[in-house]
Amino acid sequence: MASNLANVDAVAGPDGQAYKARQVVFQTTPMGADGAAGVRVSTIQESDAPGRRVHDPANPMADAEGYVTHANVNAVEEMVNMISASRSYQNNVEVMNTAKSLLLKTLQMGQ
Amino acid sequence: MLDKLTQRLDFHGNALLLRAERQRVIASNIANADTPGYVARDFQFADAMRAAQGLQAPAGMRQQSVSDARHIPLPAAGGGSSDSRLGYGLQTQPSLDNNTVDMDRERAAFVDNAVRYEATLRFINGNAKTMLSAIQGQ
Repeated sequence: MASNLANVDAVAGPDGQAYKARQVVFQTTPMGADGAAGVRVSTIQESDAPGRRVHDPANPMADAEGYVTHANVNAVEEMVNMISASRSYQNNVEVMNTAKSLLLKTLQMGQ
Repeated sequence: MLDKLTQRLDFHGNALLLRAERQRVIASNIANADTPGYVARDFQFADAMRAAQGLQAPAGMRQQSVSDARHIPLPAAGGGSSDSRLGYGLQTQPSLDNNTVDMDRERAAFVDNAVRYEATLRFINGNAKTMLSAIQGQ
């Protein structure tokens, strides 16, 4: 998502084509025996949406009709995804902190 | 004599194990909050506790999770295989990717479970201290 936002105004990548937005797809992965489920990235999908075309004949990357194709990244969508992702991250950090403090208290049991 | 001493600890020990297991299940739900098609898991603590004590609960109290006689009750942890004793959470509001994790519900359940886990820990500590002072006779 950060790379999507970074490339929101990119005109051409190393291959000469405009940057395509990428989205991760999560997948559940079993952890341990007792029904505990982790998560991993199964695929990273490139968006097939058409890139934003801007009329700018002075740009060296403009095509024959004077249009420049920008990356097909929607900044608003990416911001929403970014907020959602960082909230999920925060939640998981909080879970780990709680688990850690509970484990530490369990270690002090009987003292 | 000794089994009477440990009996009370056994109860809280079982409770602690079940609380830890529920904590793990809820943590899995929170980790999979963005996984498409993931279905939230949970179990009824009261039923699991009764199963762990080897008690057959009265029929009226056993089915806390049902409001109609035809509903299938949530299975209790402790009996059956590790996967079959977990129930599935229902969607509180439909989502496009068929994920049934409700973050608010999971967070509330997680904090609630953490507090109860700590309470159980304190019960165990209190029991141990009580028994220790009884043994020492001071």
